[in-house]
Amino acid sequence: MAEIKAFSWKVGGPAGFGIMSTGLIFARIFSRKGYNVVDDKEYPSLIQGGHNVYSVRVSTEKIFSLLASVNILIALDEMTIDLHMNEVKKNGFIVYDSGIFIGRDFNYKKPDVNFLPVPFDRLIEKTGAPKIVKNNVALGVSVALLNYDFNMLKEVITENFKDKGQKIIDFNVSAAKAGFDFIMKEFTGIPKIHIKKNYSKKKLLLTGNDGIFLGALNAGCKFYAAYPMTPSSSILHSFAAAERDFNIVTKHAESEIAVINMAVGASFAGVRSMVATSGGGFALMNEGLAGAAMTETPIVIILCQRPAPATGLPTWTEQGDMLYAVHASHGEFPRVVMAPGDPEESFYMVQIAFNLAEKYQIPVIVMLDKFLSENNFTCTGLTRYKIKINRGKLIFAEEDIDNNEDYLRYKITDDGISPRAITGLRNGVHIANTDEHDEYGFSEESAENRKKMMDKRFIKLNAINKEIISPDLYGPKNADTTIISWGSCKMPILEAMKYLNTDKRIFNFIHFKYLVPFPVKAFKKFMKNVTRSAVIENNKTSQLSRLIMENTGIKINKQLLKYNGRQFLPEEIIKGLEKI
Amino acid sequence: MISEANNRKRNYNLKPADFNTKKRPTWCVGCGNYGIWNSIKKAFVELKLSPHEILIVFGIGCSGNGNNFIKTYAYHALHGMALPVATGAHLANHLLKVIAMTGDGDGVGIGGNHFIHTCRRNLDITHIMHDNRIYGLTTGQTSPTSNTKFKTKSTPFGVMEQPINPVALALICGATFVARGYSGEPEHLKNIFIKALAHKGFSFIDVLQPCVTFNKIDTYDYYKKLIYKLEDSSEYNSGDFSKALQKSQEMERIPLGIFYQIKKRTYHDGLEQIKDKPLVYQDLSSINIESLMKSFY
Ligand SMILES: Cc1ncc(C[n+]2csc(CCOP(=O)(O)OP(=O)(O)O)c2C)c(N)n1
Ligand code: SF4
Ligand SMILES: [Mg+2]
Repeated sequence: MAEIKAFSWKVGGPAGFGIMSTGLIFARIFSRKGYNVVDDKEYPSLIQGGHNVYSVRVSTEKIFSLLASVNILIALDEMTIDLHMNEVKKNGFIVYDSGIFIGRDFNYKKPDVNFLPVPFDRLIEKTGAPKIVKNNVALGVSVALLNYDFNMLKEVITENFKDKGQKIIDFNVSAAKAGFDFIMKEFTGIPKIHIKKNYSKKKLLLTGNDGIFLGALNAGCKFYAAYPMTPSSSILHSFAAAERDFNIVTKHAESEIAVINMAVGASFAGVRSMVATSGGGFALMNEGLAGAAMTETPIVIILCQRPAPATGLPTWTEQGDMLYAVHASHGEFPRVVMAPGDPEESFYMVQIAFNLAEKYQIPVIVMLDKFLSENNFTCTGLTRYKIKINRGKLIFAEEDIDNNEDYLRYKITDDGISPRAITGLRNGVHIANTDEHDEYGFSEESAENRKKMMDKRFIKLNAINKEIISPDLYGPKNADTTIISWGSCKMPILEAMKYLNTDKRIFNFIHFKYLVPFPVKAFKKFMKNVTRSAVIENNKTSQLSRLIMENTGIKINKQLLKYNGRQFLPEEIIKGLEKI
Repeated sequence: MISEANNRKRNYNLKPADFNTKKRPTWCVGCGNYGIWNSIKKAFVELKLSPHEILIVFGIGCSGNGNNFIKTYAYHALHGMALPVATGAHLANHLLKVIAMTGDGDGVGIGGNHFIHTCRRNLDITHIMHDNRIYGLTTGQTSPTSNTKFKTKSTPFGVMEQPINPVALALICGATFVARGYSGEPEHLKNIFIKALAHKGFSFIDVLQPCVTFNKIDTYDYYKKLIYKLEDSSEYNSGDFSKALQKSQEMERIPLGIFYQIKKRTYHDGLEQIKDKPLVYQDLSSINIESLMKSFY
């Protein structure tokens, strides 16, 4: 059989079966060899009994998203067969546990694929390993079907269990080997998949949350507070684990209300601090957001969206909180809202977020969603020198304060930014005040002062606006249809773009990374050359269209929206755009 | 770094007036807040502290308005949020003396959840609760410490609930220093403040504070008849938790003083990463995530 450049793989089974770690090991054996990998995890908000699915797509070329079809489906329960059988390509494989489905024949259901019964339990028994390592049989089977390197699998399994001791490693490896050997011996006749050899260097495998975590560390984040909430929790876990190695204080506080106020307290004292949450937690943080704004205390808030309102669909994806983040909290104050489109952008943008928060002494909100927060994407490398730490007008030393004048924490300046003394300086004593205040920080309610202070805070926008980067343009400069989107939709859109441009139609794509301040000028300039456009986003009411309207008066008439808790597939975008 | 050296104790010789700002208090004549204000400034002087070594995080209320009248580092937080802000600031710079000054609504009403959790953490901070058993700034509604049947603007037919007992609550939540003071006994109050500020761990002082304008029940006359000092009895041992809890239940008379004090590891003593240096003085230029990044291969 001819070599192929890309394939897709999916494993499904009951929750509590270790599907997630199996999928990650599978993704890693390819990213390690420099393949491009994307994955996707589907799981309900349950610990036992629900249905878990892990999908991986691998390619020798750059890929951005999964596709609708798969080459190999591993079914650890019958539900997986029922739900995903039709996704399997012609001549693809469905591996199932013949121990569960004794005497069952599925072939009649879908004659154009190869059903491979594998006696998982019997194979494990032979190795003497306990049953819990069963998933490794699936990994061995998969590697054999792909004619891939078993040693690579062995290496990743070994590393994965390195903290658990040699015995556990041996159990897992021998189970994988049993699966591998079984295919090699029993299914010699079937045409296997030959994945093309890849010669590029190993790649990082990162989720958006990993990007945020690494970026925040690199930016010098010293205080991280959170209350667990999917899909933001992995950031908390990463920070907690890194606490001692990187001299950070991580606090799992009593609520998101406590979280934001603790982080503001730490920032006031003089350290870079960050919080992360999802929509519900962000709602609880709202008053704190205004508190940070009024006291001009820098803060970075990561908002990992999930379908709402209320508890919603805790483990699924949506972009339903954009306008909420844009307008959240009471009163008027300057803020920055940004939305990276992939883990690499998450890494760099969160560092920019810290710089903007400190330079302008404002809250900065970075928006992700479950799709970006939890799915892995390969990237070739991250440079830790690209974004330099800039702490703005933060004063660390007493010599930097003029002793001939009173220190004014909220001094009126041309750019609206007042020098901010860290705690502990003899001549830096001041009040940070959530009441409207004068230049000292004393509560002050006069009409004149109120206007002066509002103007002081808002004049910062002049400089902030200059820092806001234009949306990214993908594809040709001139096109007959322009796709407009933001955040994580970038991934399936870029994948779809590979197939969209034909002799008949030319597409390009504008991707917004900054939402507030809205890049008005740059967008209007883009739109001058646009004949037909469509907004694509993962929500019901097309919040980006409304944001564009609010900021530019431009009405985008065509929308492709998805709001069933799932990210777009490239095929859906291609089909949807046919009608537009 | 210079700033760190400055943060070390230097034994300042200041006067209470050195802790005044240029703003004069705006509390009603006769308000119990004056007594607290005077006592805390005297405590700072006796502890030889300087304004830059102290951070007071205020809540919102008449009590919170104190931010304008005491010269130290101050953060005038949102209503009920003084303790979380104080927590964050302390963890970022544990060389500061961090104090949360709240009202009773602030402290155990809207901030009740934070109070519970702050008590159990044993952070090395002090919480002074101005307990006037009423919402002062919002012109006289019931507070969580108002007595049953108390008629206020929001309870014209009398309070239905029973009051929270802040001393008992702090005890069962794990505070390692729990006291009750009275703004009408400023010298006694000052001594409690001094001990609380010197205590290594979380210290809580419930300060009975007459609100002469909106609380006509819990007045100076009322307290005068009922108060007595725990230390007047030689038998009282503040190291005994069950005695302290029992004492906190006393209703016929009102004991003042330190109910309970024990030594226990503080929160920040358990944090290896700030043993050498508070977070705020740590160098950001030496951060190196290179090897951590490798774990993502
Ligand atoms: C979130 C929020 N809710 C309500 C208020 C209005 N408010 C201001 S002070 C206060 C109560 C004050 O009572 P207390 O905390 O006992 O302080 P006191 O004025 O008695 O010192 C209230 C309800 C507010 N500022 N913020
Ligand atoms: S209203 Fe009560 S608490 Fe407020 S200042 Fe007046 S007397 Fe004091
Ligand atoms: Mg009160």
